[in-house]
Amino acid sequence: MRALIIDDSSSMRSILRSYMRELKYETFEAADGKEALQRYDEVGNFDVVLVDWNMPVMNGLEFVQALRKREECASVKLMMVTTENDFSRIEQALGAGADEFVMKPFTLEVLEQKIALLLGGADVS
Amino acid sequence: MPNAEFAYVRDLVKSAVAIALGPEREYLMEARLSPIAEQEGFTTVSELVRSLTGKNSTDLHWKVIEAMTTNETSFFRDIKPFEALRHKVIPELMQNRQKEQQISVWCGASSTGQEPYSLCIMLREHFPALLNWKIRVLATDIASDVLRKAERGRYTQLEVNRGLPAQLLIKHFRKEGTEWQINENIRKMVEFRRVNLIGDWPPMPNADIVMLRNVLIYFPVETKTQILRNMRRILRPDGYLFMGTAETTVNLAVKYDPETYQTVTYYRPSPT
Repeated sequence: MRALIIDDSSSMRSILRSYMRELKYETFEAADGKEALQRYDEVGNFDVVLVDWNMPVMNGLEFVQALRKREECASVKLMMVTTENDFSRIEQALGAGADEFVMKPFTLEVLEQKIALLLGGADVS
Repeated sequence: MPNAEFAYVRDLVKSAVAIALGPEREYLMEARLSPIAEQEGFTTVSELVRSLTGKNSTDLHWKVIEAMTTNETSFFRDIKPFEALRHKVIPELMQNRQKEQQISVWCGASSTGQEPYSLCIMLREHFPALLNWKIRVLATDIASDVLRKAERGRYTQLEVNRGLPAQLLIKHFRKEGTEWQINENIRKMVEFRRVNLIGDWPPMPNADIVMLRNVLIYFPVETKTQILRNMRRILRPDGYLFMGTAETTVNLAVKYDPETYQTVTYYRPSPT
């Protein structure tokens, strides 16, 4: 399983890399949305994409919108991983095409549960 | 912590709620009882415990018992039982209760309320026909402070992060300050009451579904058996009992038959 981690903070990427490897994912990284799109062109599809909101060059919301325009990426699972916790921001992210939303700070256990929800483990919503 | 003090708390908890705290739980005492010691003006947990010894049961005794036995819970915990409810149990009940148009659920050991609220959210999302039915959800726990929290229906960011799909968060909660408040239409579906599973149960409505998950594991076999026997008087003959993933009625002298939905096992009262 492959995960793309998009965050302008190298320490945050390091934490997420460690968590996702714990969950047996092969990880790839990008520091902003534009770099993440390039990663897509280089590597191909990912099973899970973790996206920060506030990034330079191209922010998380713009990345989600851009990715969802690509037909071949229609089914990739996108999760916002962010300090943003306003109701309207969450609505905005889900409306733009994000599948899930996890608010920082969180533990490995929370991330694992959220990914289980993402990958079809939750047939309740 | 001195052995005698752990032994006192262990015996206190055992006699009040029949929960056995093994020696591995000793480390929890400092963490769980320090806040109470501070609130009550004691310098140490040892002082707090010494103040309880030799006295009859007081509110402070109960605070200590509750602190040592409160379990963590989360929205849609373990997820699979909720899928079984959605795809098998509720549809079957809707067929079997078509005439009376009533469904009654008991969530025993409901802690801070995430389990009963998850059930109500699931019903609202997937069973619009039940809006016209009488749905009664009774949620009970031994701990008064968790019941108060559950009744308020207000959760921290960490709590809503756990197990709750984002789509359901924005649909059924509103943000208030730094916390998340469950919407009133869900909150008022649940009645919260204090019940000690090993004590005398107050009059309870007959239940179509009982959720008793991750609580019986703490009890010795005789107590588990008694609780499940008492449960048979509450659970309707064609009702459904859900326990925790690692829990079973097998090897207990109680008459329940297992049924499965995918990987989930739940139990039906055996025909008498």
